[in-house]
Amino acid sequence: MLKLTPFHDRHLAAGGRMVDFAGYDLPVQFHGIIPEHLRVRTTVGVFDVSHMGRIEVRGKDALSFINRVTTNDASKLAVNQAQYSVLCYPDGGIVDDLVVYRLPDYYLLVVNGANNEKDTAWLREHLSGDVQMDNVTDATAQLAVQGPKAEATMQKVCSIPLSPIGFYWAASCEVAGVKALVSRTGYTGEDGFEVYIPAAAAGKVWDAIFAAGKEFDIEPIGLGARDTLRMEMKMALYGNDIDKTTNPIEAGLGWVVALDKPEGFIGSDVLKRVEAEKPARRLVCLEMQDRSIARPHYPIIAQGQPVGMVTSGTLSPSLNKGIALGYVKRASAKAGTEVQIDIRGRSATAVIVKPPFYKLGSRK
Amino acid sequence: MANIPDDLKYAKTHEWLRLEGDVATLGITDFAQGELSDIVYVEITAVGKTIKRDEPIGTIEAVKAVSDLYSPVSGQVIAANDSLKDSPANVNKDPYGEGWMAKIKVSDPTELAGLLDATAYAELAGRSAHH
Repeated sequence: MLKLTPFHDRHLAAGGRMVDFAGYDLPVQFHGIIPEHLRVRTTVGVFDVSHMGRIEVRGKDALSFINRVTTNDASKLAVNQAQYSVLCYPDGGIVDDLVVYRLPDYYLLVVNGANNEKDTAWLREHLSGDVQMDNVTDATAQLAVQGPKAEATMQKVCSIPLSPIGFYWAASCEVAGVKALVSRTGYTGEDGFEVYIPAAAAGKVWDAIFAAGKEFDIEPIGLGARDTLRMEMKMALYGNDIDKTTNPIEAGLGWVVALDKPEGFIGSDVLKRVEAEKPARRLVCLEMQDRSIARPHYPIIAQGQPVGMVTSGTLSPSLNKGIALGYVKRASAKAGTEVQIDIRGRSATAVIVKPPFYKLGSRK
Repeated sequence: MANIPDDLKYAKTHEWLRLEGDVATLGITDFAQGELSDIVYVEITAVGKTIKRDEPIGTIEAVKAVSDLYSPVSGQVIAANDSLKDSPANVNKDPYGEGWMAKIKVSDPTELAGLLDATAYAELAGRSAHH
């Protein structure tokens, strides 16, 4: 039985094509992945991301618990600041990637929807000291309002000025009269906000945001465009580009791995060694040189030898060319390296490029 | 609801076929283009080749996924729609017209009897549709 988010009726009313994603009935698209993608790049679009897992952590040992299970240094967070982070297994493999918020009275962890149960169990297993954990996913709803006109849209319905909120900072306020947490975060490379509200008030907030964004041709955006937008920015997707068989160093997430945390963290011994020895492979950006599109699991070849595998691939709607992410052996991972991708038996040339693919995002 | 013209033949794999003399023009149905959405590249790999019924003759790349194009009849692939190179979205806009994909010189016209008519295809598409 598929779960429904609090916006399910809004998706049906907007003509969403619904699919099973992370156990939820969610829209993969409304009127097309390409136009929805370009809507976010040019004005503003709204994603229902209520399927993401939301876990509140309180208690006097909350910080030391979070610092033990996540790779980034949560002790550096100021009140109302957020950070991207990773949960690792002791062998350095990735349990999940997540956003950690430090709020005035508690910490909020936002995890991938498909991993919500697994993560909650993993976190419970490692609880120690005075820590209370509440999974509030079902009681809350989450929207991402993204695009260069996101702030102009949200300002109309938000009770506080948004311009002082920096990238990866949050504020408690009212949205359409509803108590909300608003943060300048997202998964698109554009400026934008994520909005956390009680599930019971979801429809009211959705309608107010759409009314506010009407002058910018605001539209609901499906999972299809969410995937192409994140890929253009080389943002990793759990299950494709990262999983328990990959570590954050080789995935290019070393910037959220604080190896200098004095107490260490789960996986830190292994990751220190990976960092010192340099990873055997790296997640790279691949730009196709013809009109082919690489898909997950296609082999990557250099000088006739297999050197890796594609993990994500699509046509980039912004660049109108094939782009992909994949792991390649370190010797072949330098920008400018030409490789071949085995596209169902046909060889197509790709060049490794520096991230991101799309460099004109409005993200502040 | 997807457009399913009465005067065409249909395959279970969602191709349509229009026979003129011994040449069949084929493409994918309105239902199929809607399911694939955002078609960005059509490649007919079998031009000039003689193929058997239900063999793949090319690939259709959409943003989300790739799928094979099958010929529901045996024969020789005598043409591909080159205009799709620049305008692949014509498959989405006009699947039975500008969006045609290939022409096959049919070697065994009796195979056409095994294809679906519009009514039978409409039933199949209805069963395959998302809720």
